[in-house]
Amino acid sequence: MTDVSTTQPKPSSQMRDIWNQFRTHKGALFGLVTLGILIAAVLIGPYLWIPEKLSVAEAIKLKNQGPSLRFPLGTDQLGRDMLARMLLAGRVSLAVGLVAMVIAIVFGTFIGILAGYFRRLDSPLMRLTDMFLALPLIPLLLVMVMLFRDRIAGVIGPELGAFTLIVFAIGITSWMATARIVRGEVLTLKEREYVLAARSIGAKPNRIILRHILPNVVSPVMVAATLGVAEAIITESVLSFLGLGFPPDFPTWGRLLFDGLQYMQVYPERVVWPGLAISLTVLSVNYIGDGLRDALDPRIRGR
Amino acid sequence: MLDAAGRPLVQVENLKMHFPIYTGIFRRHTGDVKAVDGVSFQIMAGQTLGLVGESGCGKSTVGRAMLRLYEPTAGRVVIDGEDVASMPSEALRKKRPTMQMVFQDPQASLNPRMTLAEIVSEPLDEHTDWTRDQKLERVYELMDQVGLNRRFVNRFPHEFSGGQRQRIGIARALALKPRFIVCDEPIAALDVSIQAQVVNLLEDLQEKLGLTYLFISHDLSMVRHLAQRVAVMYLGRIAELSPSRDLYARPLHPYAEALLSAVNEPDPVLAARRKRIILKGDVPSPANPPQGCNFCTRCPKVMDICKTVKPDLVEVEPGRMVACHLYPAAGSTGASEAYERNQQGETQ
Repeated sequence: MTDVSTTQPKPSSQMRDIWNQFRTHKGALFGLVTLGILIAAVLIGPYLWIPEKLSVAEAIKLKNQGPSLRFPLGTDQLGRDMLARMLLAGRVSLAVGLVAMVIAIVFGTFIGILAGYFRRLDSPLMRLTDMFLALPLIPLLLVMVMLFRDRIAGVIGPELGAFTLIVFAIGITSWMATARIVRGEVLTLKEREYVLAARSIGAKPNRIILRHILPNVVSPVMVAATLGVAEAIITESVLSFLGLGFPPDFPTWGRLLFDGLQYMQVYPERVVWPGLAISLTVLSVNYIGDGLRDALDPRIRGR
Repeated sequence: MLDAAGRPLVQVENLKMHFPIYTGIFRRHTGDVKAVDGVSFQIMAGQTLGLVGESGCGKSTVGRAMLRLYEPTAGRVVIDGEDVASMPSEALRKKRPTMQMVFQDPQASLNPRMTLAEIVSEPLDEHTDWTRDQKLERVYELMDQVGLNRRFVNRFPHEFSGGQRQRIGIARALALKPRFIVCDEPIAALDVSIQAQVVNLLEDLQEKLGLTYLFISHDLSMVRHLAQRVAVMYLGRIAELSPSRDLYARPLHPYAEALLSAVNEPDPVLAARRKRIILKGDVPSPANPPQGCNFCTRCPKVMDICKTVKPDLVEVEPGRMVACHLYPAAGSTGASEAYERNQQGETQ
């Protein structure tokens, strides 16, 4: 205790500790690599794999092909190259899934923290949450698309318009679970003694929230987030299936899955490829979330 | 004990902390839990006031209400000339550096996701605009003061022992050079061997930095060791407030007497002669305290007047304040033999 060491350690950056812990989590590394490959594939893939232009007659002749060197994933019922469609579809699906998840998590966490921390806001915000939970999702989306699709499409183009609308619609209808989880967590956290200690120091509420409450609600939020990605991808496919999302010829993984459904008994691979892609994405995001949650917790780190 | 008989640094006047009870579907306000019900005392600069009492008597609530961690229902808390209880929030924030708190559970009072450096420099982040290096320098200085090795600066709370964690809590409380520290049972969660270390540390710091303590505890012997004056609380009110030497030698209030009879006596000869006063019954609910003296339901020396009139805390001997009808207010000294035993059936 009296050892006045001459080498005074500087506070080290926590980023490296977090990364070191993250690396020890095998599942998380697998998830990171898989998601990286998926993202790289859908971003770069369409430039590397350019499907040959086929005439209508050729396309009809080549429909429903199995995997071959010419068509690595086969062709669909209209003779289109499945690999090219999968790659293009992945762009949209991944973007929708991740962006919608981020919107839902940020919004849900924000609402949850406000409701949990400020007693006066609790009741109004939670009733708002209940209201959103009570809204039937599909009719709501239908109304939103009917009202805004053309207007948004007029401003930023049909595809980007559809993307914005879908992402917003999914985000705005899936934040409620997160908000509730976060509120519950905040209610218990704000009675902890270290929050009391921060108040006795004179810390302002925003500092207390950012420094003491937010880092400690990370784990439930992480779980909600990983589940959210899967849900968003599936919801997008449901919407597209109902004709509310992207135009019918515009591929997304969910869309391909639904298209393949009719031919499942004859050509099961038509369902397997998009299904596999969705599952891999969800699984890897899940593992990354798991690893991140462990890495962010100093009690688990270094063990 | 440095400049005793100086001016009071802390003055609490008639502090009340009532927590409302809401019942029914309309959440109607139907009553209050009177956790603290009219507490007054003062603490001289550089001295320690011990606050003792059984669990649930409102000791911690007094400490927290004094630092405005709860909004007091009524009363004044004058710390260093300013009334904290009625301050607007921005002024209160500026005032916070003078008054700090050490918490009971060192595990719970440190954020598990922050390193020692972050925890101790948090007050500095809030109240100074120093650079990182200046803050770090101060953190090292504080770590030296409370006896923590400088190598621990990057460690997290779970990597420390209970005593070390409490030292971190003390370092955090000291960071802004406070004058007044509320120690809310700082040793209750520690091993006996560590308790002594922490108490000695608190004493050393008081001597070096001229700190004033409110030392809340239920460990009577530690309070005796540390405090110049001791307040005994029962059910939200102070029963007796006396210099610690007098109180431990000859408690006046029947509750203080019963409480102190529970202190273990290390000398076996004396221990054999020790008479333990065992109180019957339970503490009444603070939501519905007795009409008269709060202690009248369990008092071995209860009288008729106790059941109807609340006794005030009055000076009965020089420096000794007691809230009991057995002792008439000062002036007429030595009235302590005025025991009018009243054999009331229900209380024995």
